[in-house]
Amino acid sequence: MFFDPHPPLRGCALQGFFALLQEDQMAQDSAVAAAIELHAHRPGGLLPLLHEIQDRMGYVPPESVPVIAKAMHLSIAEVHGVISFYHHYRTTAPGRHVLRVCVAEACQSMGAMALMAHAQKSLGVDVHETSSDGAVTLEPVYCLGNCACSPAVMVDNTLVGRVDAARLDALVTQCREAA
Amino acid sequence: MSSTPVRVFVPRDSCALSVGANAVADTIAAEAARRGSAVQIVRNGSRGMLWLETLVEVQTAQGRVAYGPVNPGDVPGLFDAGFLSGAAHALGHGLTDALPYLARQERLTFARVGITDPLSLDDYQAHEGYVGLRKALAMEPSAAVQALIDSGLRGRGGAAFPTGIKWRTVLGEKDPIKYVVCNADEGDSGTFSDRMVMEGDPYVLIEGMTIAGVVCGAEQGYIYLRSEYPDAELALVEAIVRARAAGFLGPNVLGSGKRFELEVRRGAGAYICGEETSLLESLEGKRGMVRFRPPLPAIQGLFGKPTVINNVMSLASVPVIYARGAQAYRDYGMGRSRGTLPFQLAGNIRHGGLVEKAFGLTLRELLYDFGGGSASGRPIRAVQLGGPLGAYVPESQFDTPLDYEAFAAIGAMIGHGGMVVFDDQADLGHMARYAMEFCAIESCGKCTPCRIGSTRGVEVIDRIRAGQDRDANVHLLRDLCDTMVAGSLCALGGMAPYPVLSILNHFPQDLGLAPASARDSHQKAA
Repeated sequence: MFFDPHPPLRGCALQGFFALLQEDQMAQDSAVAAAIELHAHRPGGLLPLLHEIQDRMGYVPPESVPVIAKAMHLSIAEVHGVISFYHHYRTTAPGRHVLRVCVAEACQSMGAMALMAHAQKSLGVDVHETSSDGAVTLEPVYCLGNCACSPAVMVDNTLVGRVDAARLDALVTQCREAA
Repeated sequence: MSSTPVRVFVPRDSCALSVGANAVADTIAAEAARRGSAVQIVRNGSRGMLWLETLVEVQTAQGRVAYGPVNPGDVPGLFDAGFLSGAAHALGHGLTDALPYLARQERLTFARVGITDPLSLDDYQAHEGYVGLRKALAMEPSAAVQALIDSGLRGRGGAAFPTGIKWRTVLGEKDPIKYVVCNADEGDSGTFSDRMVMEGDPYVLIEGMTIAGVVCGAEQGYIYLRSEYPDAELALVEAIVRARAAGFLGPNVLGSGKRFELEVRRGAGAYICGEETSLLESLEGKRGMVRFRPPLPAIQGLFGKPTVINNVMSLASVPVIYARGAQAYRDYGMGRSRGTLPFQLAGNIRHGGLVEKAFGLTLRELLYDFGGGSASGRPIRAVQLGGPLGAYVPESQFDTPLDYEAFAAIGAMIGHGGMVVFDDQADLGHMARYAMEFCAIESCGKCTPCRIGSTRGVEVIDRIRAGQDRDANVHLLRDLCDTMVAGSLCALGGMAPYPVLSILNHFPQDLGLAPASARDSHQKAA
């Protein structure tokens, strides 16, 4: 007997899984469609279009590249080239929150490298990686314009200044507790 | 309790927000409600004394009284002490305008920042706002351009090219379609003046761009804003909507019959897009690859059309030049560096912030009279001026007057006016490596000296720091720097060697070199 103690339940879970997949696909399709609708016709609209998708989804899904290329009368290579040129665009989903630690000179003069090392150690990740609980993606950033209150970090779109290890840990805890 | 509400100012500048200004504002509102005190909280820009943020000010009959740095926990105590009438408190500093840090400044571009409500058009106009545009509209375009040339304003982004000459070139082009582009990709570490103006006085940038448009004959403007500045984006977008609704932008600017529209475009985290031709490529929706020059952007810029492209500080300095006249602006400064520059004190500095002064004061005055020495209390060892491509200046050169030519003469640059301070604990050997590594990460890849040279630079510096064949490698590094300086297409590869060479020349011990050995190999290389 192949073990399958609760076949009906398992069926439900699978159905739910496929429904979720379908929902994800629909959300992606609608984000891409909306971005195209809003920006494809604008002069130089590719960057605003990519921002629109990433603002809505957290990243630019690779499957959307041919769709964008077609809508903008560009080659797939051109769209891919733009996405890969700019540090800001992601092609994989980030964690629930993105923690960006400034590593520019002003922040370095106040210990940013030690702060970054602390972030890596306490999250158990390298830069560009996401913590195992999916809560936080760690990114280096080159200058947040808060150079008189160094070191600075940004959590999603919120700037935080005068950050030390304890403050960083508190921010990470908030990220983990928030949905 | 008086029924007239007391005006309390709590900045909305993102630096203040980053240390809790929103929570301070909320706590003041809640505490006032609890005590039945009538207050009107104004969310102003920052006064630029960033070590005092969150700096709360109270309007009194004598003037605005400052308290800072205020944390939410300090608020009940401030109420107990009677801060709403300007009473003394441990965090009190007396009248804001009398604080030496502010009183000794010469604020032209930053005249309103921190004083007004950034989004209030009434406030803006009550403080000399839109006087410049009205005067510019009354002038012949050629006379208006001449006035800008006469003011002596030079590009504040770093290259210090005369702004009026750019405008004259665009005005002279006959193309019916022209553009005004604002370079708001303030990527240099240690600089935040663009951000402070965009958040604290967005209309001054809008007015400056509108003047550029009506004078040069452009009907469309773009602000290319870095993605790291979300608060500035919100402020600018809202200010543009309000300015348009009030007739300062749109199809008929102030009834002049001239059209000028403005749009914010967000960058995407590429440092190279602060270079103007790369920025134009990015605005066109492409990779930010540097263009060959000629053609100049003033002749073939955005979408191939004549384009005025200026930095935020340059454009934000334009309204006051027209409002008060070219001569009034020119009276500030020294030599060929006219007017004022908003300097930014950053990094390991006790009193970090924004200091707008006429050119000509010395670095030492800025670091000690304004900055109060290092934040750590240790001796200041080096200052990096002008961002990641700027030289590390040693203490022996701190008496150099801040003037474009004087700094160029010592192999350094003022750039955008940002100063990053390092104390004696800093490992400048690491910073030399970082300069090359940064160039490698941010290179657009178009030219070989920058693309390959920066990576080879990291490797050579690693070998020097590891003590491998030092003399030969120092010689090689100097040779490489020479190639990058002379052979790169733009300032990224062309200037990344400056921080490296300055460390090699002034701080050789940080690379494990004896002072003499660095000098000897310099002579061998020369």
